[in-house]
Amino acid sequence: MLNFIDRRLNPRDKSIGNRQRFLRRARRQIKEAVDKAANERDITDVAKGGKISIPSNGIAEPTFRQDPTGGDREQVFPGNREFVPGDQIKKPPKGGGEGGGKEGSDDGEGADDFVFSLSRSEFLDLLFEDLELPDLVKSSLKDTQATKPRRAGYSNAGTTPNVNMMRTMRNSIGRRLVLRGPVEQRIRETESEISDLKSREDTDVVQRQRLAELAAELDSLKRRRRAVPYIDPVDIRYNRFEAQPQPRTKAVMFCLMDVSGSMGEHEKDLAKRFFVLLYLFLQRKYDRVEIVFIRHTHLAQEVDEETFFYGQESGGTVVSTALIEMRRIIEDRFPTNDWNIYAAQASDGDNFGSDTEKCVDFLANEVLPLCQYYAYVEILSDQEMERLRESGGKELWRGYTAIDNNWPKFSMKHVARRSDIYPVFRELFSRQEHST
Amino acid sequence: MTAAAKTNSRSRRKSRAAEPLFDGPEWDFETMKRAYDAIEKIALGDLGLDVYPNQIEIISAEQMLDAYCSVGMPLMYEHWSYGKRFIQEETAYRKGYQGLAYEIVINSSPCISYYMEENKMAMQTLVLAHAAFGHNHFFKNNYLFQQWTDAEGILDYFEFAKRYVTECEERYGVVEVEQVLDAAHAIMDQSVFRYRRPSRPRMGAAEERRQERLAYEERNYSELWKTLPRSSTAEEMDDAERELAKRKSSLNLPEENLLYFLEKNSPVLENWQRELLRIVRNTAQYFYPQKQTKLMNEGCATFVHYYICNKLHDDGLITEGALLEILHSHSNVVFQPGFDDRRFSGFNPYALGFAMMQDIRRMCTDPTDEDRAWCPDIAGNGDWRGTLRDIWANYRDESFIQQFLSPHLIREFKLFQLGDKSADPHMTVDAIHDEHGYQAVRKKLASAYDIANMHPDIQIADVELRGDRELILTHTVRNGIQLAESGRNEVLAYIRRLWGYDVRLEGVDETGGKPVYTARATAETENDGAGQQPASP
Repeated sequence: MLNFIDRRLNPRDKSIGNRQRFLRRARRQIKEAVDKAANERDITDVAKGGKISIPSNGIAEPTFRQDPTGGDREQVFPGNREFVPGDQIKKPPKGGGEGGGKEGSDDGEGADDFVFSLSRSEFLDLLFEDLELPDLVKSSLKDTQATKPRRAGYSNAGTTPNVNMMRTMRNSIGRRLVLRGPVEQRIRETESEISDLKSREDTDVVQRQRLAELAAELDSLKRRRRAVPYIDPVDIRYNRFEAQPQPRTKAVMFCLMDVSGSMGEHEKDLAKRFFVLLYLFLQRKYDRVEIVFIRHTHLAQEVDEETFFYGQESGGTVVSTALIEMRRIIEDRFPTNDWNIYAAQASDGDNFGSDTEKCVDFLANEVLPLCQYYAYVEILSDQEMERLRESGGKELWRGYTAIDNNWPKFSMKHVARRSDIYPVFRELFSRQEHST
Repeated sequence: MTAAAKTNSRSRRKSRAAEPLFDGPEWDFETMKRAYDAIEKIALGDLGLDVYPNQIEIISAEQMLDAYCSVGMPLMYEHWSYGKRFIQEETAYRKGYQGLAYEIVINSSPCISYYMEENKMAMQTLVLAHAAFGHNHFFKNNYLFQQWTDAEGILDYFEFAKRYVTECEERYGVVEVEQVLDAAHAIMDQSVFRYRRPSRPRMGAAEERRQERLAYEERNYSELWKTLPRSSTAEEMDDAERELAKRKSSLNLPEENLLYFLEKNSPVLENWQRELLRIVRNTAQYFYPQKQTKLMNEGCATFVHYYICNKLHDDGLITEGALLEILHSHSNVVFQPGFDDRRFSGFNPYALGFAMMQDIRRMCTDPTDEDRAWCPDIAGNGDWRGTLRDIWANYRDESFIQQFLSPHLIREFKLFQLGDKSADPHMTVDAIHDEHGYQAVRKKLASAYDIANMHPDIQIADVELRGDRELILTHTVRNGIQLAESGRNEVLAYIRRLWGYDVRLEGVDETGGKPVYTARATAETENDGAGQQPASP
């Protein structure tokens, strides 16, 4: 007896359950590795997932094994070349011999590290774990996934109110035509023959008999015609509706960045990283989030993502222009009853003279009331960081401090190094902070 | 290489009446069926094999990875360690460190074998002969498999296990289930019955026997016996010792099957946890014969495919090109690097097994005087088919080598034996492939395949039923070979988890019963992180 089975079309990823169990099991180690990778890698590459390595001792499956060294043992090997009985061979150095090697993995990274690839989504899930944008506060926010039915063709199953008469009747007529066609034809023939016979004056027995037969046949044909239903269940077509996701609550994220001359490569680089991470985070966490990029020198303009991160621009620094631009865009395109507004601002803290006061004023009175959340990162060099530890910050920082004290939805942080960004990012958006 | 050198030494028959079964590299189900029929004719007719019905399944590379990461079973329950293995295998495969198995075969009835879709037709022919007939015959006929496994029921059992584990996960939580399975997996190797256990007496049977004994004593009562001095042992045995003896017999100690003991006697486990232990234990038992017959099993399958493919070619059923392709794969499979080769990682069961099968055939048909002296039972008996079938049915690796490793093969493989005593600064070559060495080499090689030497011998010796309920295990230390430090305490912590109270492991020297070491798992060691526990979910 023989039985061939083609399994190739079976559902794939049968081992996905095992993989998830593994990831959960090694979660702590993997998370550490991911965080480390996020700090080390170029941020633009962070999201690509890929290889990470975790120490294998955390995911070992211990068993009772015999010690590969020590004791008395006698083993047989193949491939003798020159040995004769009685030959003495120096013992291989400890650890290097056959069968060993499993030991000694305790000293951190070794050949025993368990290296494997995470998919992009697995990687980001871990990266953004326990990290959340401030909850979308508005009432209906919990349920962002509203749906609205949308016409989508026809189907032959549905409910009575959705019957599409046009389609149904079209099918009905067609079917009746097809089914009745031959019967109709025969009825016509029979009728004409009957009338033909009836029209004759002299009818003999045979013809009378024939007439009776024809009448009977006509009768049965008419019954058959009646038997073709006017509307058959197969005719009926329904309008088909598809549930289309409908964003009920929308969020828009404003990214504000100073790209003026006072922002050096270092500052720009850090700011860029902050936004890239933010951007990825938003893309990841929310299905429908609009992002507006506003860069400013002494003038502010809305730009696309590409220009925002990579465009060249120089000039003075007037921060308030960006805030004004932001409010203009909100008024134009993002009415607050529809949109939750989030803003993140990156700057080196420099500002033009009296503008800071204007900024603080404008921010407190015009922008913040519209926002759900406003984050400010001030990017500094290492030395500045040291110096400013006591004094508290530069121009803009000092100005914003007043706001920070009064507005819970405003927060600000200093960043000096690439590895500072991610922790800052976390802190800015961590649940705990927002819950206060 | 023995195999390559012997390639098709038989004279090729002239008659080429038959059309080849296939002539392109691509396979399809039609061709597979034709090839299967042709192979079956040779396997059953010529070789006289006796097989379970075959179920042949074609799978993709990814499914192959899936299959052998969950210990080759398509229906294995889910566990993170299989996910880990999958990741490892997949990484190795993608990097090209290793290819995938060409087939996987399951000891079940019908005998399910998996074939990769990537295989060429010539390869499919080879693996059909190898798995669907070679392994299949071995599974059905070898005494170990007959005795220990239930080919008819195994798939149902694994399906049950999978379902049961899933249900437990739903009801008690994935982590809870994982904790039990982790612990159980750690002592899987120490959880098989090596000897058939006498069937447990029925409930009433014990009472019946007691009555019988009483009646017998009454019948044979005689005042005279009272005058005999009482046996010294009974007198000297103090209360503690008597209690120990009683306890041991009531708990059936010592017990070699750790999971069995824990399943039956652990004071802390819930019923569903006991059932999980049982599943793991049954799985271990199911694979136990495979561990003991790896060499023979592969040797048998390799011999069968080699014979059948050559026969197919002789009958003109496969082309020269296809045969060459088959032989190429074949000689890759039966390659045995020497001990000093970088590729050396122990004996290749395919190579040694196949060489021994071929050698037995040679001894049957074309023996030398040496063979007559060493294997008088089979040398020159002429019936190599019957002889091999008998061997496949009645031996396991250890006894097989002990009986049939001929001096001829020892020379061919240039085997030598190395002694490594911990006291000596040097290793010593004790025996090589010469007149004086054959016996020793054969004996030592056979004992290396003795499953008792592969896994440490750890048994449950005693339990403190009163007091702190400490569970006492003994490890019989053979030849001074101790347990590897890494993992030992973790496993003890796992056992502690299953037992619920402290666990003590005592290493006792095989000769003289001298204690060698003691290891413990207590609440304190647990906190030291000895039993590595994953953080809560």
